[in-house]
Amino acid sequence: MATEPTVTAGRTSAAPFQPESAPDYLPTAILRELQLGRLRSTVERAWSRVPLYRSRMKQSGIQPCDLESLNDIAALPFTTKVDLRDTYPFGLFASPMEEIVRLHASSGTTGKPIVVAYTRQDVDVWTSVMVRSFATCGLHAGDIVQNAYGYGLFTGGLGAHYGAEGLGATVIPISGGNTDRQIMVMRDFGVTAICSTPSYFLHLIERAAQLGVDIRALPLRAGVFGAEPWTASMRKRIESLAGIQAFDIYGLSEVIGPGVAVECPHQDGLHIFEDHFYPEIVDPETGRVLPVGEEGELVLTTLSKQAMPMIRYRTRDITALMPGACPCGRSLRRMRRIGRRSDDMLIVRGVNVFPSQVEAALLEVEGTLPHYQIILTCEHGLDQIEVQVEVTPETFSDQIGVLERLNQRISDALEQVLGIRALVTLVEPLTIQRSEGKARRVIDRRVAQP
Amino acid sequence: MKLHQLSVFSENKPGHVIAPCRLLAREGIDIRALALADTERFGILRMIVSDWRRAKALLEQAGSVVKITEVLAVEVPDHPGGLADVLEAFVGTVINIEYMYAFPFVRGEKAVLIFRFDQPDAALARLQERGFQVLSSGALEEQ
Repeated sequence: MATEPTVTAGRTSAAPFQPESAPDYLPTAILRELQLGRLRSTVERAWSRVPLYRSRMKQSGIQPCDLESLNDIAALPFTTKVDLRDTYPFGLFASPMEEIVRLHASSGTTGKPIVVAYTRQDVDVWTSVMVRSFATCGLHAGDIVQNAYGYGLFTGGLGAHYGAEGLGATVIPISGGNTDRQIMVMRDFGVTAICSTPSYFLHLIERAAQLGVDIRALPLRAGVFGAEPWTASMRKRIESLAGIQAFDIYGLSEVIGPGVAVECPHQDGLHIFEDHFYPEIVDPETGRVLPVGEEGELVLTTLSKQAMPMIRYRTRDITALMPGACPCGRSLRRMRRIGRRSDDMLIVRGVNVFPSQVEAALLEVEGTLPHYQIILTCEHGLDQIEVQVEVTPETFSDQIGVLERLNQRISDALEQVLGIRALVTLVEPLTIQRSEGKARRVIDRRVAQP
Repeated sequence: MKLHQLSVFSENKPGHVIAPCRLLAREGIDIRALALADTERFGILRMIVSDWRRAKALLEQAGSVVKITEVLAVEVPDHPGGLADVLEAFVGTVINIEYMYAFPFVRGEKAVLIFRFDQPDAALARLQERGFQVLSSGALEEQ
């Protein structure tokens, strides 16, 4: 069956086979049969319980009983983030509130967040895919896991928490931030694995060096990093500076949260937990399904979600399904690491940011939309977001206090809508570059660290 | 009696104040008084000029945001306590001084200060009532 995963040089404790990982190795034919059965009941559930899905399917002239093979999924209409916004907050729920045990939320494209729901069974499925994710990264009972994902409405914190606990590992629910304390806990508690965004971990490495703590000398041997795209060179840097193996984990709230796909120790693509999430790659322009190996937009359909089934959800993440089998023996297909997106969504410190959210905040404060620019930089491994706003005759005053209050109001409105603080800078009119009359909205100066 | 002050927004960066000054110089407009209010991030250049209407139009054409504010130029006796006497006039009133700055010339034994009041008309009445000399625009702007 599985070839034994090897973890980084010297400090590996052999990962025992975890029974929870059994579905990773299902024979392909059985996996496809399982997918088809689950797809049918998911589509049936969506049709009978969610008006939006039913009307969309009717428009497309398709009914649940038309699904005879997995290929027929291509006839189903797509679901987009806009649909989640339009049905805010609970319009896509397929379970009554008595059966829903948890709500999470993530950034929408404008002021309102998108809300996602879980039944007891959904939470259990989520936990199971996170257990399998950690097992895939070679973690096991006995590991001490520092969970530095933010706890709260963001799915990262609780998703990783229940997964690590379900695996039998010891969880430290430290959440994000307070870097010095993170380093103290990592050292004093003998932490062996950490979960966070890759950029935050880089920040932690740099801070540890300042404090004279050598992470390479600590028992830490693995990091499970996600919630933002990162590059191969960033991985190399993390692995060499911290002496750990760094794994990429992928997920999104709309589908479940973290635990949709994860890397195995071969680190060649992310295995998708296909028994719960059905992947397709489509042409982002035409929506046409692309063959294996071709790059396009990842589209995911949930196969077992009850509270909020997602039918052909457009993730806007650009990747490709990889042909061939992985040496780890898993039958789960792999996708390439996410490098970019097909929309204008930015990921800042793991948080989704849309320029339209920034516009909504500026509009709310100023009444009309001033020229603005979003500037992203990376300082000490941590993303920084600055919003430059041109002063207008309407907002300008001869009094410092008035302008400082304007600055503060914009700053507060941005934090309200984005969930993170942005540096607001008032700039002189016409200083933001325009091309063909339109200002360039985003300047991303975060370059991959060599 | 009220003067028209020009305020121009400026980023707090090297070279950002020079542009409006150069522009006015080129057009032969004299800056009579100037004060720069600044924070760490931005500044406000406040000016009394010889021709505020033309200055405003020119600066706006050049892309600046300009605000016109009514301020008062008050003669203050140039001896210890001179300013305190002027300020005394507003104790017990609801008139607030938003900010003030000195005019760079002296008329005899008097200094001239520019005051930005929240209620310029009430402040003007009060000052005249107390016998302070408030200068007209003619005396300063087109001097």
